[in-house]
Amino acid sequence: MDDRLAGALGLLPGYTAQHVVLSMTALTLGVAISLPLAVLASQRPRLRFAALAVASLVQTIPGLALLALFYPLLLALSALTTRLFGFGVPALGFLPSLLALTIYSMLPILRNGVTALIGVDPAYVEAADGVGMTPRQRLYRVELPLAAPVIMAGIRTAAVWTIGMATLSTAVGQTSLGNFIFSGLQTENWIYVLTGCIAVVILALLVDQLLGLIESGAVRRDGRRIAIGLAALLFGTATAGASLLRGPAADYVLGAKNFSEQYILAGLMAERIAKGGHTAARKEGLGSAVIFRALAGNEIDAYVDYSGTLWTNVMGRSDVPPRAVMLEEMTRFMRERYGVTVLGALGFENAYTLAMRGERAGALGLRTIADLTPLAPRLALGSDLEFLSRPEWAALRNAYGLAFGEEKSFNPTFMYRAIQDGLVDVISAFSSDGRLAGDSLVTLEDVKHAIPSYDAVILIAPKHANDEVLRGALAPLIGAIPVETMRQANFMLDRDTDKASLADAVRFLAASLNSPAK
Amino acid sequence: MATAPLIELDQVSKSFDGGRTFALRDVSLAVEAGAFIALVGASGSGKTTAMKLINRLLEPDQGEVRVEGIAVRTLDAPPLRRRIGYVFQGVGLFPHMTIAENIAITPQLLGWPRSEIDARVAELLDLVELPQHYAGRLPQALSGGQRQRAGVARAIAARPRVVLMDEPFGALDPITRDALATAWRAIHDRLGVTTIMVTHDVQEAVLLADRIVVMGGGRILAEDAPGPLLGGDAAPEVAALMAMPRRQAERIRALTAKPAHG
Repeated sequence: MDDRLAGALGLLPGYTAQHVVLSMTALTLGVAISLPLAVLASQRPRLRFAALAVASLVQTIPGLALLALFYPLLLALSALTTRLFGFGVPALGFLPSLLALTIYSMLPILRNGVTALIGVDPAYVEAADGVGMTPRQRLYRVELPLAAPVIMAGIRTAAVWTIGMATLSTAVGQTSLGNFIFSGLQTENWIYVLTGCIAVVILALLVDQLLGLIESGAVRRDGRRIAIGLAALLFGTATAGASLLRGPAADYVLGAKNFSEQYILAGLMAERIAKGGHTAARKEGLGSAVIFRALAGNEIDAYVDYSGTLWTNVMGRSDVPPRAVMLEEMTRFMRERYGVTVLGALGFENAYTLAMRGERAGALGLRTIADLTPLAPRLALGSDLEFLSRPEWAALRNAYGLAFGEEKSFNPTFMYRAIQDGLVDVISAFSSDGRLAGDSLVTLEDVKHAIPSYDAVILIAPKHANDEVLRGALAPLIGAIPVETMRQANFMLDRDTDKASLADAVRFLAASLNSPAK
Repeated sequence: MATAPLIELDQVSKSFDGGRTFALRDVSLAVEAGAFIALVGASGSGKTTAMKLINRLLEPDQGEVRVEGIAVRTLDAPPLRRRIGYVFQGVGLFPHMTIAENIAITPQLLGWPRSEIDARVAELLDLVELPQHYAGRLPQALSGGQRQRAGVARAIAARPRVVLMDEPFGALDPITRDALATAWRAIHDRLGVTTIMVTHDVQEAVLLADRIVVMGGGRILAEDAPGPLLGGDAAPEVAALMAMPRRQAERIRALTAKPAHG
């Protein structure tokens, strides 16, 4: 079997279980909140307009943005509960995903519920009153049963939406079938992407069919259909939940941002920890700002970040001191301000830099960023999704007076495509990226030292500051990875043809550690 | 001293538009126990409004409604309604409940024991001449006439003293309608209930009721036994309403008399 397919199938049960538990919990919560709300709203016109307006508004927020919004909200809440009660709430992973999905699932249930309840034939309402039902008896014995088919249709819609949107929860650190899609997209592993998509579609269809069975049971007053549908849903969710509980919780959780190098390094750290006889889980695809806070909040135990990123984003500094001074100052700051340990630098830099196709740079006579300034208005800049809003870009722009004719953001994978296809002339590149060599791109020198250095450093969470097991497992990586080795490992995943699997890239990097003389 | 009427409407008025127009204006009516009263009149005459005041499906703006001498506004509506049968216009059977479940509703709300309810349902199916095996069917599996038989059974399931009927047979074909109406008159007599029936069909009222209350413009125009109303010198509106059954009777008499004269 294809190596990548085998890898995907190996991960499938775990991802599916997480996905099922998350989306079914969200759907259950969504139903539990929306149904009573629909009943209240059907009786009170003003509440009805307010509730439907809010629910519709939430629906217009893109799913990913909704998830992203819950992160700072929960962080603030966590700060508050820590101050008041001495414990925080997790801002990453299951909780924000659950909240966002629950809110997202509410609209179709609420809207169908309200429509169905106010649409009950007034003749039946009068008949219910006439035979002597109290308002509550009328609701449970007449209005809800008559509205049930339309309400169930709303729940089916909500289920399909929720299962689809749960893939996005990967971005806030919740494992789901979205992990296939996110990591597959980053590493151009289309087998992963396809596996994730197919699994989500099958899951959504399956749940929809089971809910459809319940719906038809409600219409035909067939208790058996309802029972079978409910039992199957409960059984599936319980099985998924049990499989998650059964699997031993990992000793350590390693974080990774959303690009190949991060996946490889997290894999490498996991391998080091496994060698010491411990287990490590991974939270992958996290955003730059999210991942540091997750570490400071002890939600992940270790990850690799870059000194320049921390310098500007976390420390808010805009000066550019020499490399060694910066590392030293940052190490002290992290310890004092956050209790975070900077274990050390891996030995390579992954700096933000500007790159161009070699021939094009040669033709234009460009060697440094300063050379670019007069030509920029006639050129198009392609960047990754973060770059344009990062302080590094502001620093570059100000230092060199750069004003590009056009600025476009891409997923990093597509950014390299864009420059090869001539869609853009200059890109924001990473200096450890294997594609720089592979695609014959040249980097433009930052002659004014506008952006700081980006040493890859291992950060350890406050609660493990004195954990000798973790420190001991990761210490051999310090100073052990030269930039050429990292580029090679990255290129194994990022090249267009003859792509290697993540496991291969990790093996390659681990092997290079064992034979440093090579 | 004479016993109080079973049902009394005492100078009741009702407006649905805040007093600009009145669906009912100063209406007083007394119904003795065991009576069969028909409320007749054109649409908008106030007949249905008057009937719905009795079991508090509507509340009067002025005046008082009494059942067994007690003002209904002092009673909780659901328990009051459970002891007054109601047959709805266009049936009103709940489509998601079987015929048996529909018939059993009021006894169930009153907390009758299961076995007693089952026996009562079986008894009522016989009474309204529905086959026992219809018990498990849903209303849509029955014809219009059969459905209304079930509606009648539901209304009398908890043995009410009073049965209110809102155009009960209006939607049925003439033959079915006559059969049901006649059957109800027989049940009324057998059970000794009091019936108040709203109908726009004067002929039906003449055939079934002991007393006819003619309504128009929110007021009672006339109230009498069918005979005097047909023959008497009533007000023009009443005379116009009664003209149709009278002409029909005369025509039938003329037609059936002909062969005797050769």
